[in-house]
Amino acid sequence: MSLFAGLAKTRSGLLARLFGPKDAKVTPEWLGALEEALLRADIAVTLVDPVMAQARDLVTLEGIDTVPKVLDAVRDALIRVLGAEDLVLRTSAVRPRVVLMVGVNGSGKTTTAAKLAKRLKDAGESPLLVAADTFRAAAIEQLQAWAARLDVPVIAGKPQGDPAAIVFDGITAGIARGSTTVIADTAGRLHTKVHLMDELGKVVRVAGRARAGAPDEVLLVLDGTAGQNAIEQARGFTASAGVTGLVVTKLDGTAKGGAVFRVAGELHLPVKFLGVGEKATDLVPMDPRAFVEALLPRS
Amino acid sequence: MFEQLSDRLTATFARLQGRPRVTEADLDEAVRDVRVALLEADVNFKVVRQLVATVRERALGERVLESISGAQQVVKIVHDALVQMLGGGSATPLARAERPPTVILLVGLQGSGKTTTAGKLANLLRKQGRRPLLVAADVYRPAAVDQLQALGKQLGLPVATVRAEAVADDIGTVIAAASADGRDVVIVDSAGRLHIDDAMMAELEAVVTSARPHETLLVVDAMGGQDAVDAAAAFKARLPLTGLVLTKMDSDARGGAALSIRAVTGVPVKLMGTSEKLDGIELFHPDRLAQRILGMGDILTLVERAQEHVDVKEAEAQARRLLEARFTFEDFYGQLQQIKKMGPIGDLLKMMPGMGQLAKQLPAGDKAEKDLGRIEAIIASMTRAERADPALLNGSRRKRIAAGSGTTVSEINHFLKQFAEMQKLMKQVGGMAKAGRLRLPGVPR
Ligand SMILES: Nc1nc2c(ncn2[C@@H]2O[C@H](COP(=O)(O)OP(=O)(O)OP(=O)(O)O)[C@@H](O)[C@H]2O)c(=O)[nH]1
Ligand SMILES: Nc1nc2c(ncn2[C@@H]2O[C@H](COP(=O)(O)OP(=O)(O)OP(=O)(O)O)[C@@H](O)[C@H]2O)c(=O)[nH]1
Ligand SMILES: [Mg+2]
Ligand SMILES: [Mg+2]
Repeated sequence: MSLFAGLAKTRSGLLARLFGPKDAKVTPEWLGALEEALLRADIAVTLVDPVMAQARDLVTLEGIDTVPKVLDAVRDALIRVLGAEDLVLRTSAVRPRVVLMVGVNGSGKTTTAAKLAKRLKDAGESPLLVAADTFRAAAIEQLQAWAARLDVPVIAGKPQGDPAAIVFDGITAGIARGSTTVIADTAGRLHTKVHLMDELGKVVRVAGRARAGAPDEVLLVLDGTAGQNAIEQARGFTASAGVTGLVVTKLDGTAKGGAVFRVAGELHLPVKFLGVGEKATDLVPMDPRAFVEALLPRS
Repeated sequence: MFEQLSDRLTATFARLQGRPRVTEADLDEAVRDVRVALLEADVNFKVVRQLVATVRERALGERVLESISGAQQVVKIVHDALVQMLGGGSATPLARAERPPTVILLVGLQGSGKTTTAGKLANLLRKQGRRPLLVAADVYRPAAVDQLQALGKQLGLPVATVRAEAVADDIGTVIAAASADGRDVVIVDSAGRLHIDDAMMAELEAVVTSARPHETLLVVDAMGGQDAVDAAAAFKARLPLTGLVLTKMDSDARGGAALSIRAVTGVPVKLMGTSEKLDGIELFHPDRLAQRILGMGDILTLVERAQEHVDVKEAEAQARRLLEARFTFEDFYGQLQQIKKMGPIGDLLKMMPGMGQLAKQLPAGDKAEKDLGRIEAIIASMTRAERADPALLNGSRRKRIAAGSGTTVSEINHFLKQFAEMQKLMKQVGGMAKAGRLRLPGVPR
């Protein structure tokens, strides 16, 4: 599914109000509809307020008063928030590259790990999956089922086992087999649970013992339907696990994933991938402009 | 879980309460703050708009701008509007079929917590003496059936499966056979799906037709955002939803989305999930939650009682002296008289923000009242000079007071020590209040 098919197909009646004839003038009602669209997308009010102030200034101070022009300015402002650097999966000088999937419960870590393995495999790499969620019922079976489906090898421990030890074993196995990338799936956990976050910190440290410098990426998987709690999640996981990048999932629904703007802006974390469905192929690389245009589409 | 919203509202109104009179500009500020707080708490923007308009209108209608207790009235208006939004009242129990088995169907977006909730619900009902059967009807997600089977195994409960090509029919068959197998509750775990996925929503309609559930519960992630209301409304449009389950309430999500779903769809919240474990499920009490959202304990009732019984000016003056640790026995005595009019001391403390802990340490029931009576007697036996300056209270004076109040010297020593500690504490509290970290009603900054 393309980014546009995945994201932009849901243009609500509300957004339709944002577009008029090409030279349509900005009205107070239109500004209201714009604000609504931004808030509805879960963009933090602390970001929406200044963006709206900027839009109003454009109209009143600079005489830029047609809808397309103001929309362009708003889009550009949002794109700037997302940043333009470090958008693709980091490489590593030594093999295998190690990627850790982390996040709160049910955000899409396991599915994203599988999708990522599929992407890398299709690109000619030899990925290795590691099932380090030893807590949730049948989490190991879930990743194993994906691995079998994708024909990708998987290392798994036992239920209730030590996730750090499994990640260590996984990386060691990856080195032995000559895997290019090791993708480790971890158990969902709330950023507020200290012992679980400590456990994750240990996983990160132990990964570094298996291969110096690992992990190369710690991807925080954010549910695209999440609201403003996303920033708290990102703070917590960054503090405990050193998040390096974000994945926003479930964008094939009507949610826009706008909570990620504040996360990206405040924590300077790049969004690297977007999840746009439940199939293995439903993962697309981040394109900030396309992401913002899905949120504020061109007519 | 809802702490952040309450913190914010508390701060906003604490600021307002610091002002002798609320002006229209103050009201605008409060209303703006309420809007931001609610949006940051993920309350749906439509609900926010409504709520903000209501607050403003009522505040103007009640002419709060002109009244001395205007700020407190604004607090109450917001509180009432929130309670209304939550549906008020007490927990809504789960339906029970007249003729077993009771059928409970769990539906919702991907990853919201359906399968875990199925396990928790089975556990809860089993503890109540029921005999649940779990049905693994997610034939799509990898290892979804394994997941429910693992939970069933942990609970020692049976788990039925269905064929991928005959989900609705097989669920009907399983239910029909349940009673004969001695099962009186059937809990059906369905696959996660998007509300805009027409084929998958149609599948659920077929499940409803064949299972005829007594409860169709929408499982909602408490961390959800603005879209939650639209998704829930879409589920409601196609299915006979009877209740909501809010999961992941052990997070620090402010939960405004959940609140909004209740407000917009009218579907009551019945249960909430509070951990990943199988015992992490609780009945949902809307009234308790409303108080939690405001984080004010039951400060509103307290304010109401205080307004009825307390001379506001005098109370403010005393509170100021209290925070500066210039609070004397004279003040204390005066307060005791007023407090006595307001009700049991433990109840009062419980209603004050942050004082709930202290209330727990107090002796229960009328023991507290008796203790207060003795303290009252002690103070009554002091001279004016002694009341103003505890340093005067040497040994012989203490003996005299003990005799006069029908207490003992050691009781008086104990009380004096407590009073000194309270003064020290109040000095700290006063410092916090000055630093803007804490506001007490009626105390100007
Ligand atoms: N529609 C849609 N569903 C998704 C997407 N990504 C994941 N899901 C679904 O979301 C649900 C949860 O995904 P998981 O990968 O199990 O999530 P998780 O973070 O590993 O969950 P825990 O390990 O339990 O914390 C599953 O039903 C997935 O199929 C996506 O991009 N779009
Ligand atoms: N902390 C916490 N985690 C929960 C709660 N309820 C569910 N979870 C977790 O959320 C994740 C998803 O739960 P599931 O029960 O698999 O969700 P689901 O709705 O069945 O997911 P799909 O079938 O993939 O759509 C798991 O990691 C659960 O352990 C809760 O109340 N608190
Ligand atoms: Mg998982
Ligand atoms: Mg499930």
